[in-house]
Amino acid sequence: MTQDMLYSICGLLLFGIGLYRLIAAPRILLKVLAVNIQGVGVFMLLVATAYPHSDPVPHAMVLTGIVVAVAATALALSLYCRIHELQAGSGTEP
Amino acid sequence: MFNELDSTKPLPVGVRWVCAAGAAALTLTLVAMVFFAGAPASGLSGEVATRLPQSGVENPVTAVLLNFRSYDTLLEIAVLLVVVVALVPAGTTSANSADWFTSLRLGAVDPMSVGFAGLLAPIIVVVAGYLLWVGASRPGGAFQAGALLAATGILLSLIARQMPNFCRLPARLLLVAGLLVFILVGLIVSLATGAFLHFPQDFAGVLILLIEAAATLSIAAALLLFYSGLAQTEPAR
Repeated sequence: MTQDMLYSICGLLLFGIGLYRLIAAPRILLKVLAVNIQGVGVFMLLVATAYPHSDPVPHAMVLTGIVVAVAATALALSLYCRIHELQAGSGTEP
Repeated sequence: MFNELDSTKPLPVGVRWVCAAGAAALTLTLVAMVFFAGAPASGLSGEVATRLPQSGVENPVTAVLLNFRSYDTLLEIAVLLVVVVALVPAGTTSANSADWFTSLRLGAVDPMSVGFAGLLAPIIVVVAGYLLWVGASRPGGAFQAGALLAATGILLSLIARQMPNFCRLPARLLLVAGLLVFILVGLIVSLATGAFLHFPQDFAGVLILLIEAAATLSIAAALLLFYSGLAQTEPAR
């Protein structure tokens, strides 16, 4: 097993852990974190796959992906905060 | 009405085991596919290496990001701006739109942090500038520099207990500067070369640096807005 194969498999394991938590976690915050962990796993797989050839295109895709992931997380968290504001406003206990 | 969306009650144990089995099966299938797929194809490293002298930069990742696949980066900055547009009201509903800063509801700051932040902030700004410049030849570039600048902004905001008010026109211009400069440069070079974002070889390096400098400021402002938009929301319960 080569080093980049090890990193690829670790990335897939991270993806699997994130997938399980995405389905099984009860709270939205945990689901957002789970999607982020899935994303990290995918990025790790991309970088590890590109490593033996020092292919710059996946590296650029990962850089782009990280920024998009941060933006999506910020949007999800703001929606989450909004849900809690609405809940507090309507007086129902979550 | 959102209780079903965000319950604190965990799933039944049996359902969780089924979920775990499904996720494990999928993961193992993927691992087996990666393991037995053999060596991946060489990708586009050859093409990039051949064209690198025409790109205006020496770092292949920067060449791909800002020249060969600049559409990706343009749309990525647009995605950032879409989220900014979605978050601006959240961060500014309680703010007086004439103020430059809005205050954060935070406790007192200890003097050690104030001194340390004063020491750290100028150094981070210089490192961000270096990262922006060095992106042409080595790992670095707009995103790394923007992230560092945003971190400095968050640090200083927490020390000052104030966030920039993104309702002000200059702040909004800062947020859109990256996309605006990117599109303008793309249109101007299309007059010379006939294709959108097709940089003339002689000026490619300068144009990429210009785009990256504007993008750095916009990314830093956008990340700071993400933080402040969430920080100013009422804490849940």
